[in-house]
Amino acid sequence: MTAPASVGLWGLAWRRLRADRVAMASLAVVAAFLLMLLLSATGLIVADWEDEVGVNYAPPSFVGAAPAVPAMVPAAPAQPLPDNPFDPLADDIRALRAPTVDMYGVADPLAADLAQLGVSGVAAAGAGKLATLPFGADKWGHDIIKKTIKGGETSIVVGLVSALLAVGLGTLFGALSGYCGGAVDDFFNWFYSIFTAIPSVLMILAVAAVLQQKGVVTIVLILGLTGWTGPYRLIRAEYIKHKAREYVLAADAIGASHWRRMFGHIFPNVSHVALVQMSILVVGFIKAEVILSFLGFGVPVGVVSWGSMLNEAQNELILGRWWQLTAAAIAMAMLVTAFSLFTDALRDALDPKVK
Amino acid sequence: MFAYIVRRLWQMLPTMLGVVLLVFFLFNWVGGDPAYILAGKMANAESIANIRRQLGVDQPYYVQLWIFIQQIASFDFGLSWATGEPVANIIATRLGPSLTVLIPLTVLETVIGIALALAVAFVRGSLTDRVVMIACTVGMSVSILIYIIVFQYGLAYKLGWFPVQGWGGSFWENLLRYSTLPIVIGLAVSIAPTLRLFRSFVLDEAGQDYVRTARAKGLSERRVMWVHVLRNAAIPIITHVMSNLPALLIGAFLLERFFGIPGIGREVILAVERSDFPVIKAITVYVAAATMLFNLLTDLMYQAVDPRVQLT
Repeated sequence: MTAPASVGLWGLAWRRLRADRVAMASLAVVAAFLLMLLLSATGLIVADWEDEVGVNYAPPSFVGAAPAVPAMVPAAPAQPLPDNPFDPLADDIRALRAPTVDMYGVADPLAADLAQLGVSGVAAAGAGKLATLPFGADKWGHDIIKKTIKGGETSIVVGLVSALLAVGLGTLFGALSGYCGGAVDDFFNWFYSIFTAIPSVLMILAVAAVLQQKGVVTIVLILGLTGWTGPYRLIRAEYIKHKAREYVLAADAIGASHWRRMFGHIFPNVSHVALVQMSILVVGFIKAEVILSFLGFGVPVGVVSWGSMLNEAQNELILGRWWQLTAAAIAMAMLVTAFSLFTDALRDALDPKVK
Repeated sequence: MFAYIVRRLWQMLPTMLGVVLLVFFLFNWVGGDPAYILAGKMANAESIANIRRQLGVDQPYYVQLWIFIQQIASFDFGLSWATGEPVANIIATRLGPSLTVLIPLTVLETVIGIALALAVAFVRGSLTDRVVMIACTVGMSVSILIYIIVFQYGLAYKLGWFPVQGWGGSFWENLLRYSTLPIVIGLAVSIAPTLRLFRSFVLDEAGQDYVRTARAKGLSERRVMWVHVLRNAAIPIITHVMSNLPALLIGAFLLERFFGIPGIGREVILAVERSDFPVIKAITVYVAAATMLFNLLTDLMYQAVDPRVQLT
């Protein structure tokens, strides 16, 4: 008589996940995003996103090419936007549009040449550039789809790495605090109460103000160093619960060191908490990165992320160019929705008691 | 009661000291020498030394720390580096506009959130419940930036229902004219997470024995939900709302920035952009103090809501 092979925690969780259709669908979406990230990070796709393949602000193909606006012909201002009575700056704009330059009856001797140059210049600059792209182009004529994928690479990498850092710190502090107890616990609890007394947004902005230099590493540090409190609290509680269990006492009896008991024996039994915390943090950090980059405290100039795309798109929307905003918004909403749904399912699958 | 409050205040001291140390460490040590920021690009050694002497950063660290603690205790953080306005004055004048937006927002959010959560809990497990929950997840995953940009463009710039941005002189004009759209957007953003959270609080209670008893003695489902369940779900709801208030003061910074509301959040963003350390330091310390006081206030409110809670 052979005992049936028993299924472990992870096997059971996977079985529960498989039975959940929403979870599997969202997992597929997340996996697709990660695959895209991997391909773009290795340069297999969208390595050429910075090529100016389209004309400036080329509209999406399904909208059709913009009516021929002679963009660079001098003396013919690009067709003015109709007045918007709700625009707080309407008066100023009207004043600016009024012909302000009095020519004093002097004819510009170079006008004809300039016009000539302008026409040929436009022809030369526009040569070989597409009037429409599948989802339009930005200010410089970059393909929006490629730019969105590239921007997603930055945003997702920041989210993943900073969540890893935050959960790593939270786990380390929580393990030490819960396992050692006593003065160590008091110290980390004091530290925890300090960090939770300052709202996280304010903490992030304060660190951003101090660090000054922009960069992907800076954002990762800001988010990782301020986000460890959530994992810390839960992991500490788990360690307090586990340290008196029999398997830990048994490990002690066979002479396992403290470090080995903490991370060799207890950690595998509480790692599902860390995993769920991490996926919760990834979602939060992707959102935070977008806001930081939007405000200009995030990625440096020259690096594209969803936040920097939204920053550009905000001004484009007033000109009626909605495609960059839409692309970044849809990509982000898809990823974050799928990731949140998957996180919920993962938590239910790993901790069936909470329902 | 009085003894409890005094003890809680006493226990706050170490945390407050920690916050002060952390802020001091960040701005006086990690932040580097402020004289280089202040002196600008064309600095000479003499002007840098002069600024250092004025700010006291040529002193040893423990002296600087003592200066900082004195500043906190006396509510006098000196002048803003960017504008020369006294920091205390900045905070005092920016608080009003922030609260004009935040108090209506919080009240509406809580009331609507509770009503919807109870309504969803009536039909828990049904298709409606599932669809609402998925809609909430989708709604939460759209960045707040998108809500603001699209609503501001659509409702204010295109349709003209609201002013695009601005802030007036009188309280009623600000509340009814300029704050409306920010409050609507704030609600659109916050209602989904609030509903999800409140629903879980309500469902935690809905499975309890007393609910079964109430049903067994023939009470209507409406009375069970609105009176019995709500009374018990109130404790986590109060915790959530109260502990979020100080964070919201800063959290509304995007709304304030987009709509030109001269509030605390916008001031923090401006200060970060201009490296205006005194302003950020002051706001951080006071918001942390407010957070701790609100936590105490929350615990005191428990007793008002639930007579079983004994604060000792």
